[in-house]
Amino acid sequence: MVRTKPEKTLRIGSGAGFSGDRLEPAEVLVQHANLDYLVLECLAERTIALAQQRKSHNGNVGYDPLLERRMRRLLPLLIKHNVRLITNMGAANPIAGAEKILCIAKELNLSCKVAAVTGDECLDQIDLNAEIWETNKTLASYEPIISANAYLGIDALLPALETDANIIITGRVADPSLFLAPQVHHFNWSRDDYTKLGQGIVNGHLLECAGQISGGYFADPDKKDVPDLAHLGFPYAVIDPDGRALITKVEGTGGLVDLRTVKEQLIYEVHNPAEYFTPDAIADFSSVQVHKVGKNQVEVSGGSGTTRPDLLKVSVGYHAGFIGEGEISYAGTNAAERAKLSGKILKERLSGSVSDLRIDLIGISSVHRTQFERIDPYEVRVRAAGHSDSEELAMLIGEEVEALYTNGPAGGGGARKKVSESIGVVSTFIPRDKVQTQVYLKGV
Amino acid sequence: MKLYDIAHSRAGDKGDILNLSLIPYNEEDYEMLCQKVTAESVKEHMRDIIQGRVIRYELANIKALNFVCYKSLLGGVTTSLAMDTHGKSLSSALLEMEI
Repeated sequence: MVRTKPEKTLRIGSGAGFSGDRLEPAEVLVQHANLDYLVLECLAERTIALAQQRKSHNGNVGYDPLLERRMRRLLPLLIKHNVRLITNMGAANPIAGAEKILCIAKELNLSCKVAAVTGDECLDQIDLNAEIWETNKTLASYEPIISANAYLGIDALLPALETDANIIITGRVADPSLFLAPQVHHFNWSRDDYTKLGQGIVNGHLLECAGQISGGYFADPDKKDVPDLAHLGFPYAVIDPDGRALITKVEGTGGLVDLRTVKEQLIYEVHNPAEYFTPDAIADFSSVQVHKVGKNQVEVSGGSGTTRPDLLKVSVGYHAGFIGEGEISYAGTNAAERAKLSGKILKERLSGSVSDLRIDLIGISSVHRTQFERIDPYEVRVRAAGHSDSEELAMLIGEEVEALYTNGPAGGGGARKKVSESIGVVSTFIPRDKVQTQVYLKGV
Repeated sequence: MKLYDIAHSRAGDKGDILNLSLIPYNEEDYEMLCQKVTAESVKEHMRDIIQGRVIRYELANIKALNFVCYKSLLGGVTTSLAMDTHGKSLSSALLEMEI
């Protein structure tokens, strides 16, 4: 069944806000929101470095691990409802991701075209003597480096949108650009109309975390109640030619879109609201206006912006050794004191092997690293964590925690231990003209 | 009273930098929050968490404040040994502040 698309407005849905996001809400959007585009944002800072590692072992992988599951479920719906998909699930290998999607299409007997956007990989082009953004150290001091990926903007996406591809798959692209590109393509906005680009970036920024604007990450019982959070619906925007957007969700789904959820998301991960940097423009959120126009309907307008930066941000992944962790619980009277004694013993026993051992008391001060009011909890869990370049020394942390059973305070229980490889990410910048992007188009 | 009673917040991370929004439920409380919740008072309240400077941005357009807190995430999400590497739970720490 092919629908007639509305000529004037543009409808974009947000079907994933991180790589492990839930699968069903995207299906609901494609079936019931009469969308032009569905965007799946699945690439966190570290994800691409992890994907690069998988690709180095096998050249046919390196795309998002959930790509196959998502596409098997979504592809028939996308084709049936004539919705184009834009996603960064290509991760470290957009072409392999495109081939996988084509394989799935063939298996499901569907005809579709996929455009893969490449060119974000720039390990060979970056300057190892450049200072990184986070500290004043040089990149070279972070060797061995695994990956370097530039945050591409709409320049990279627009040529793919101009093809007749049903699916556009990319690696690293600035999150708002995934949403700005279809707006610029659909409305044919001028590339130096920074007012419209700025508002388009606002729309992208609001949608990019999916359920975080429609009631996810918001509920606090009796204070901020969210209806039927178990069936949280993901958001979509109905956008006018001037960029003004109505943010809403499919009727009958759980969740909530109101001024509170929109305001929280507008400021999420923002520093100076008047200067929100993206590859396409520096957006200004300080003039944005929000109005509630109906149930679960908020209208957003007034975003603006100025000229785009000359440099692109580059995310660099590097090996950072291993992290060892161990946990054990204490409960009942004086639990906190027994937990503290355990922490003290661990510090003594591991002092020669782990230089940065961290002890947390879960139930007291583990996530805020402080306690504003002293509360004696009934149970406390001790957690020890530390880095080491040696996997064996990292394992020692969990082993010493486990040994607290017979070598520590009374009544310890539920010990767990774990070692993980640590991948660090730092940022640098690259001149825009050093990055060359391409579109690889193929159909079945 | 606690900020929790009159406002809500969401935390975001970039590297070792934490940002905390502060949004009054009632827009009429915005001016009062501007007066009472300064960069200095937030830094003092969260002194065990924020090791660097705090910059406050005012979003009068949506009646909200944004606090950008440097050196607050034990080095940042990717190599941090913290339980909450992103510092996502720290919005609740801000809302514990008494005004």
